[in-house]
Amino acid sequence: MQFFWAFIIGGAICAIGQILIDKTKLTSARILVLFVVVGVILGGAGIYPRLVEFAGAGASVPLPGFGNLLAKGVKQEIDAQGAIGILTGGLKAAAAGLMAAVSLSFLAALIFEPKAK
Amino acid sequence: MKTNRQHYDQMVKKASPNSKLGLNCFKAFIVGGLICVLGQFLYGLFESWGATNDQAATYVAITLIFSAVLLTGIGKFDDLVNFAGAGAAVPITGFANAMASPAIEFKKEGYIFGVGAKMFLIAGPVIVYGTLASMLVGIVYFFIQR
Amino acid sequence: MLKRHGEQTVIFSKPVGIVAASSVVGPKEGEGPLGGRFDLVENGLMFETRSWEAAESKFAKTAVNLCSCKAEIPVGDFEYIIAGDLLNQSTGSIFGLRDTNRPYLGIFGACSAMGEGLSIGGMLIDGGFAQKVMIVASSHFCSAEKQFRFPLEFGSQRPPTSSWTVTGAAAAALTAGGKGPALMGCTTGKIVDMGVKDAHNMGAAMAGAAADTIAAHFRDLGRNPSYYDAIITGDLGHVGQELLLQMLSREGFEIASRHRDCGIEIFDKDTQGTLNGGSGCACSGVVFAAYFYEEMKRGKYNKILFVPTGALMSPTSVQQGESIPGIAHAVIIENWS
Repeated sequence: MQFFWAFIIGGAICAIGQILIDKTKLTSARILVLFVVVGVILGGAGIYPRLVEFAGAGASVPLPGFGNLLAKGVKQEIDAQGAIGILTGGLKAAAAGLMAAVSLSFLAALIFEPKAK
Repeated sequence: MKTNRQHYDQMVKKASPNSKLGLNCFKAFIVGGLICVLGQFLYGLFESWGATNDQAATYVAITLIFSAVLLTGIGKFDDLVNFAGAGAAVPITGFANAMASPAIEFKKEGYIFGVGAKMFLIAGPVIVYGTLASMLVGIVYFFIQR
Repeated sequence: MLKRHGEQTVIFSKPVGIVAASSVVGPKEGEGPLGGRFDLVENGLMFETRSWEAAESKFAKTAVNLCSCKAEIPVGDFEYIIAGDLLNQSTGSIFGLRDTNRPYLGIFGACSAMGEGLSIGGMLIDGGFAQKVMIVASSHFCSAEKQFRFPLEFGSQRPPTSSWTVTGAAAAALTAGGKGPALMGCTTGKIVDMGVKDAHNMGAAMAGAAADTIAAHFRDLGRNPSYYDAIITGDLGHVGQELLLQMLSREGFEIASRHRDCGIEIFDKDTQGTLNGGSGCACSGVVFAAYFYEEMKRGKYNKILFVPTGALMSPTSVQQGESIPGIAHAVIIENWS
């Protein structure tokens, strides 16, 4: 059942992104920003965590899930450290994903050349 | 000329073919859904290896990022997005591609102003506005807690 | 003899011969409907250089050398080389021509470079300032994507109105006198802004300029479309063609039966995934050199109006929300004996 809902919710979030790309002429770069910010807000409002509970990776793998992670991190840090968590929480929660992307992208730049189209 | 801007705008709308929205959404739904199912599968796998919930979610993200960067490097990720659109761009794989692709492309401009600076060409705004939004959420949360 | 006619048109006192035209293209263009007609199809997009920009320069350089051979005029004999491309500060042209050691005039008219170059070259020769002038236009899919869109490996879907930048370069050698296809005059286009803001719909951004220039041409000379065997625009593609025909029809000019567009000719949109068609400075240049110029020499066409079109935008202007102005330069080319 977990797999079924992961598929449905994950697919639906992507389909919403597709509608935005095709209908609003927003470039995919803008869609990425929009989705992360929406994820942060829904995460902050406590709505997105419920979606993650329900759909698992279907909600956490799409980019709003990354936003949700930032919101969750901020809340946890504030609970644990007080006001300073406002500054530290978001990046702390995103650190693993961010560093994975930075290090692997750097490695890719070392190894690969852009391919002819 | 007898054609004014306003009228031209309507002519352009009529002459320009639209994207095949239904088909594009279907493909985005299927591929996006499948990537999430893969994520769910990996999640279960990492948990069965003894990871906590949060750790497993992180490992899933790292695995998907690795896959997307690799596909970007061998020149296949853009083909995937060409087919699946948001289905491949909206999952965390799209974020990884947004960092790896300029890093590879701008290598020619050197490691500082090329790879280092341009790596954040597309992903930079995501990080800036994502973290700013998280601060805002933090401020609200902080005062609600009081 | 009065050379100026009407507001925008000049007619040369003597025809300026186009003694040779060369074309060098990349692999995708080589696979297109005109594949067998280009002088050289280079299969590596990097063209044995280390960057897309250097590759574009090499395309330009190769076109110059080929044109010089075909014209049987050494590069060193040309009094001017006029060149244009799409890259910032004319990178493609400058580094392609830096070893030619010839007086260089760099032009920017976006994809209308070939038309602008032929106009200026014709005027230089007709004005008696030169005997031999070469015109070069180049573009490269990868360098254009990198500058105007996204890194090549970044995944993003192309909307159906977007066009595909042609990889390659074209050159044309002009001399005073000579037989065969010759420049008779030109109509210099104005900057025409129809308010199009969609950077993925260049055909729409440029069609207004093309219509404006073509209508001005007919009015200035009192000619009708039937004067020409073909009226050939640069890279309007399918969307731009439809808009151009509609606009000219409102002006009272029906050109549908004789209109051709280089962007439509160069690719097969059904099998090559090029959507609206080809674009870029090389698009009109290589299609003219490889197809229309050759067909004129064979006598299939005797009088053509060649109208390369350009979208005058930069990544900065688009990001700042400016609309995209277009330009189109028409040159009259007739067989002369």
